[in-house]
Amino acid sequence: MARIFAFIAHKDGVPDDSASELAAAARVIDPVASPVAIATGSGAELDAVCNSLRSSFAEVWKVANEALVYPNAELIRQALVKIIPAGSIVLVTHNHFGIDLGPGLSIKLNAAYVPDVLGIEQIEDNALRLVRQEFGGQVSAHVRCDISSGAVLTIRPGAFPAPEDARLNGTVIDKSAEAGALTARRRYLQTIVPEAGDVDITKHAVLVSVGRGIQEKENIAIAQELADALGAAVSCSRPVVDAKWLEKPRQVGSSGKTVKPKVYLACGISGAFQHLAGLKGNPFIVAINKNPKAPIFRVANVGIVDDILEFLPELTNKIREMRGVPAK
Amino acid sequence: MEILVCARRVPDTAENEIALNSAGNDVEREELVYSINEADNYAVEEALQIVGRVGGKATVITAGGEDDEEILRREMAMGANEAALISDGAFEGSDGRGLAAILKAFVQKGSYDLILTGIQAEDGAAQVGGMLAAMLDYPFASLVTSIEVLDGRKLKISREIEGGNKEINEIDLPCVLSIQTGINEPRYVGMRGIRAVASVPIPTYGATELGLDAGSVGAAAAKAKRLDYFVPEAGKGAEMLEGSREENLEKLLELLAAKGGLK
Repeated sequence: MARIFAFIAHKDGVPDDSASELAAAARVIDPVASPVAIATGSGAELDAVCNSLRSSFAEVWKVANEALVYPNAELIRQALVKIIPAGSIVLVTHNHFGIDLGPGLSIKLNAAYVPDVLGIEQIEDNALRLVRQEFGGQVSAHVRCDISSGAVLTIRPGAFPAPEDARLNGTVIDKSAEAGALTARRRYLQTIVPEAGDVDITKHAVLVSVGRGIQEKENIAIAQELADALGAAVSCSRPVVDAKWLEKPRQVGSSGKTVKPKVYLACGISGAFQHLAGLKGNPFIVAINKNPKAPIFRVANVGIVDDILEFLPELTNKIREMRGVPAK
Repeated sequence: MEILVCARRVPDTAENEIALNSAGNDVEREELVYSINEADNYAVEEALQIVGRVGGKATVITAGGEDDEEILRREMAMGANEAALISDGAFEGSDGRGLAAILKAFVQKGSYDLILTGIQAEDGAAQVGGMLAAMLDYPFASLVTSIEVLDGRKLKISREIEGGNKEINEIDLPCVLSIQTGINEPRYVGMRGIRAVASVPIPTYGATELGLDAGSVGAAAAKAKRLDYFVPEAGKGAEMLEGSREENLEKLLELLAAKGGLK
């Protein structure tokens, strides 16, 4: 069996939550494997990261280089290609960094590439049978991945729950010299944090969240009226921001805000995993969607197949009636 | 600036319910509405806007079959200067790497400063742009949400990262960028525009024209192969309210009251 490596992202000296999930995925591929964590960066922060990774990995490879203070995928790829042996399996979290690193890394390692892996079902000597999703999560697919010359897999966050009993006492190995000098044709300049919007959706217990099903900007008012009646705020999924119907600070998801409401009304939202990633704290989810196959119905507590443009105004009127406010 | 945009024609997931076919080896495609992949359309718009600012030419290509030509005409109606269809039986069954190899062969027949792809298509793989860049040995950035052309063959770009934050980078040309949806507002294409380009010849490139060894692409060369589609077990799933709308509204109000949604 090929050696398995897990590339670990980190911030402020702490490994990403996905580190132990990658270790769990590695153990599914090979229960007796001793997967190797790789962390890149510099200084005391990197040392702290490597030290905490010792509990879930028997071996931790450290690549220290001033050029790697910010995780630039182009530079990290150069380092990885130099230190990872041919034929290895490399696991990376599927997020904005994994998407940046993974495809090119697979080419430079001459390895197979399967992105956004949710499951690993069957292991042969030279192939893995993997589970992915397509069509926005409406259907899943089995993919056979030939690993005879290695593989790069990006792993969906949350798909491989981390074991709680990780208590290894791994060794840190310094690979900095082997990684050598690094030069970039893409240079990181800065990170821009968006200005706060008029409404802070992270502070609300009830969210009326709208997706593509709201259809046009004028219809946002329908959601706002319901939110007003409920004492809630209006949030949204990515297509609504793409279409400029609401501002970015209203977006729930991995590229938007993480929210922890008590009640979440998902209105015309299909339920892509990037959206669900922004929903924490186990809220009571109500999904209203015209498409009975929408993935949101798999995670919602209550589902209603209906047209939100008709359903929401009626709901608003019912609530107004209950409260003695005249229905419009 | 010579810009190449790699686009795909895909079933529109926003408009379609996706179901398995009776054999269970594919999704049911008969009834599906196809259109240009949403992110690719943003990429074409971005190319047109850059050409509008600094001059040059935007070319749109797609790898596929005859049916896929319609999206090339659509994008030409939007304003793309040239288009090409990359089509050959030998390309069928290519994985992401195979597709990137095919696109690379096309890129090397021309001289492009900037290559754009959409961030991902219906398979959610987000892979071809990054692979193409690595094969060409060009720098790459994914999830791009703005592009500014700087002096000295460089771009200033922003990438979408976590929490709504933007990562600003400088990147040397030539490069490959994968474009995130929402980067711009793609212009409307009317029937009149499409009719105007209906008879413009669109060249087709096959393995021979691209100088590709058929064994290096297609199903035989694929390291990743989709075996089937399936609908995952629903798990717990939602409790579906299946009454009349009136009954559903009443039931929902009860539930909201019980869960603290009605204060």
